[in-house]
Amino acid sequence: MNASILLLLPFFSALLILVGHRQLKGAAVLISVGSSIIAFLASIAFLGADDNEGTKMLLPFIDVAGFRAGIDVMSDKQSQGMMFIVTFIGMLVHLFSLGYMKDDEAKPRFFGSLSLFMFSMTGIVLAGNLFMMFIFWELVGLSSYLLIGHWYEKASAAEACKKAFLTNRIGDFGFMIGILLLFGLNNGDVAFDNLQDAFVQGGPLHDAAKMHPGLITAAALCIFMGAMGKSAQFPLHVWLPDAMEGPTPVSALIHAATMVAAGVYMMVRMSFIVTASPLAAEIIAGIGCFTALLAALMATQQNDIKRVLAYSTLSQLGYMVMAVGAVAMAAQHGEPVHGPDPGHAAMFHLYTHAFFKAMLFLGSGAVIYACHHEQDIWKMGGLRKHMPVTFWTFAIGTLALMGLPPLSGFWSKEAVLGTAYDSGCKPLFLAGALTAVLTSFYMMRLLIVAFFGKPRSDSAHHATEVPMIMLLPLAVLALFSIFSAFDILATPLQAMKPPHVEGHDTVLFASLAALIIGAGSAIYLYRGKDKDPVNIKLFANKFYFDEMYAVIVRICQDRLAWIVTALERVFVDGLVARLPTAIIARLGAATRMLQGGHLQGYTFLLGGGVIAVIYLVVFVLPHMGH
Amino acid sequence: MITLGHYLVVSGMLFALGLAGVIARRNIIIVYMCLEMMLSAANLALVGFSRFHLVNGLPDYTAQSLVFFTITVAAAEVAVGLAIIVALFRSKQSVDVESVTKLQG
Amino acid sequence: MPPLLFYLFALITLGFGFMVVTGRNPVTCALSLAASFVGLAALFLSLDAYFIGTVQILVYAGAVMVLFLFIIMLLDIKSEEGKKLNLPAIVSGVLLAVLLSLQIIAVVSGTDIAKKSAENTPLALAETAGKIGKAALPTITNDLKTGTLPDAKLIGFTLFDQYGFHLQVVGLLLLVGTIGVVVLSKRERSAP
Repeated sequence: MNASILLLLPFFSALLILVGHRQLKGAAVLISVGSSIIAFLASIAFLGADDNEGTKMLLPFIDVAGFRAGIDVMSDKQSQGMMFIVTFIGMLVHLFSLGYMKDDEAKPRFFGSLSLFMFSMTGIVLAGNLFMMFIFWELVGLSSYLLIGHWYEKASAAEACKKAFLTNRIGDFGFMIGILLLFGLNNGDVAFDNLQDAFVQGGPLHDAAKMHPGLITAAALCIFMGAMGKSAQFPLHVWLPDAMEGPTPVSALIHAATMVAAGVYMMVRMSFIVTASPLAAEIIAGIGCFTALLAALMATQQNDIKRVLAYSTLSQLGYMVMAVGAVAMAAQHGEPVHGPDPGHAAMFHLYTHAFFKAMLFLGSGAVIYACHHEQDIWKMGGLRKHMPVTFWTFAIGTLALMGLPPLSGFWSKEAVLGTAYDSGCKPLFLAGALTAVLTSFYMMRLLIVAFFGKPRSDSAHHATEVPMIMLLPLAVLALFSIFSAFDILATPLQAMKPPHVEGHDTVLFASLAALIIGAGSAIYLYRGKDKDPVNIKLFANKFYFDEMYAVIVRICQDRLAWIVTALERVFVDGLVARLPTAIIARLGAATRMLQGGHLQGYTFLLGGGVIAVIYLVVFVLPHMGH
Repeated sequence: MITLGHYLVVSGMLFALGLAGVIARRNIIIVYMCLEMMLSAANLALVGFSRFHLVNGLPDYTAQSLVFFTITVAAAEVAVGLAIIVALFRSKQSVDVESVTKLQG
Repeated sequence: MPPLLFYLFALITLGFGFMVVTGRNPVTCALSLAASFVGLAALFLSLDAYFIGTVQILVYAGAVMVLFLFIIMLLDIKSEEGKKLNLPAIVSGVLLAVLLSLQIIAVVSGTDIAKKSAENTPLALAETAGKIGKAALPTITNDLKTGTLPDAKLIGFTLFDQYGFHLQVVGLLLLVGTIGVVVLSKRERSAP
């Protein structure tokens, strides 16, 4: 079966490599890359699978008293398209890593973790119920942790993976509560199609939505919290920029194209529940919009090439989340649903974004590789001449991200802005447009500073084009960045493209204006400059979020920890542990005296016992009538 | 007039003396002697009962057979016990019961 | 037996017994124990148990006490004079002894069976002669007819007639005891 190959191949590959990488050595890399290529071929076959196959149980996992949760395969447009993205970019990243990680000593570990990630991610994509999704959700978090901390000797990498994991835990906690809420409301059935049926056709969930709208809102927001952690939405966005400590191919695959999109993917799966709750939809749209704007502002002042891209990713993820909320809001306002299978703006943007963002990251990886692990854009410059292929692909990615028509980014961004416009909430649309301006600005800044002008350091001066194995993925992704929004590619790849709505002239003009204003001002400001002419500390320091969190953590957590410690000292240590210990110890000491090992003591006890028995038998019992 | 009660009281007191000796004395050989005393006290009680429980006008010889067995077993016990004491003395250079506290809990 | 003799021998038994318990010198204790056993043997005789009395002297006062003395001499055990007394042990020992004695006295004084004496339960030797079933062997019958108590013969008859198997078990026990003693006393070659 096709789908089981998708799931099991990376699993066994990861298992084999992580268990036996000492014996396998070089073969580990081949296994991992081979499995990723086969998985890609399988996903193409999966694309052609029947849409309406529904959910199939692959392996029963839990089957207790009416509660069934299994390892499922869900086959619909959304999972097929997403599966293609995951395996395709996964394969390209595997190939790219062959070059990028050539000299790394822990190569088998790296590829093992990568395979583990592929397994977890396919699990999320194929998940047919919330339960399975949660399992793989956590697995993805684990593999992300392992990969961010790949260079764990570096203190910053170790810190970053810890931060990513802990921040995700907060989101996952909410996700779990959300799952349990739905579990309770829907009588223990958490399969996606059953949940949706229960909503649409009137099941227990439908009644619950009528009776307690607050509960549904809470469930939607809790589920969204999981997405907030995984897709790095405000206020849990802090981990993603730090995750750039991981190897660059990992950043491309996990922290740009696939894993961070898992939150969006899940929210689109659960969009029916967002639609059911106006408040949740507004909050989700608001948070997405806020994250998009905030991250875009931060991105304008970053000097690390990967961090610029990281904040850009944050911003684009905010876009997608905003689209999730906006679509739901539009649906609540009774906007017409286009066609039988309407597609979803968020999924569409996810799809196009995955290609050009992965490409940008791989491009930045190539640049970093060429510049001997130099990441500061102000120490680059003039790379256009040294690395022409990289430059052209990077430029295509940049333009796609900026939304230059007719590149793919233009269409999906317009779709997102269109839904924001349709939602009937003007601030949403305005913020989206402003984000678009900022996006063009910082991307153009990045391109100009890194690739134009003169080389500003030795390493940039001596940079040469990267090897073929790294250029190939770049070129392929560049092609996809250009054409992926066209029907010729989007339709067979099940991109969930929303129908292009005519008559949204405002949206069209807004996005074009944003492009021109942003790019123009960037060119005007940065052309030929050797250092940053704009200096806004607030943006450069990420609005001081990390510092704020540190203070909050110090104040709240330390107090809480103090109280908990005190409680533990008294109750757990004192009443539960120490007191019984003391009692037992005293008792033990007392009875220990009986076991002194002294013959005479034993004899005394024996004699005393005999006397007592005689006393009882002869003098007491007869008087009691025995 | 000497009754069975007299014998029994003597037997009981002898037994009590032996018990007191076992508890109070520290020399393990004397403890052993006291044990022998307690056994003999039991023998006295048995013989007393034997004499005053007539079967066909004769003492009950089953009881005296039991005394015979007791004496035999006691003799064997003394032999083994003294051998143990010798072995103990070899390892501890002492016959003080306080030196044998291996069973301490 | 005249009461006077009973009291004399009881006093010998208990008095020397007391010396065993209180004596400081092991040799004194052993000899006191022998004397106590002689008194006890006399009490056995007063109960018409001639055979048991004899065995008591032969086995206990003779063989066993020699064994004790032999061990005391062999180990060259010093008297305890130098050692301080273990007061709690003495107190508890005395306490138990007193309590036990009181209990026994109380029990004995409270039962009718203890009222039996040689006067109210005399032996009927001549009348029994020839009437005691399988034990009516000529030698026993003749002894009984002449008014003597053939208690060695009667014990022997009881032992071999009724307790033959038990006797053999006891024999085996003695054999095992002997082997045990040999094993225990054997100095192991590897021992330091």
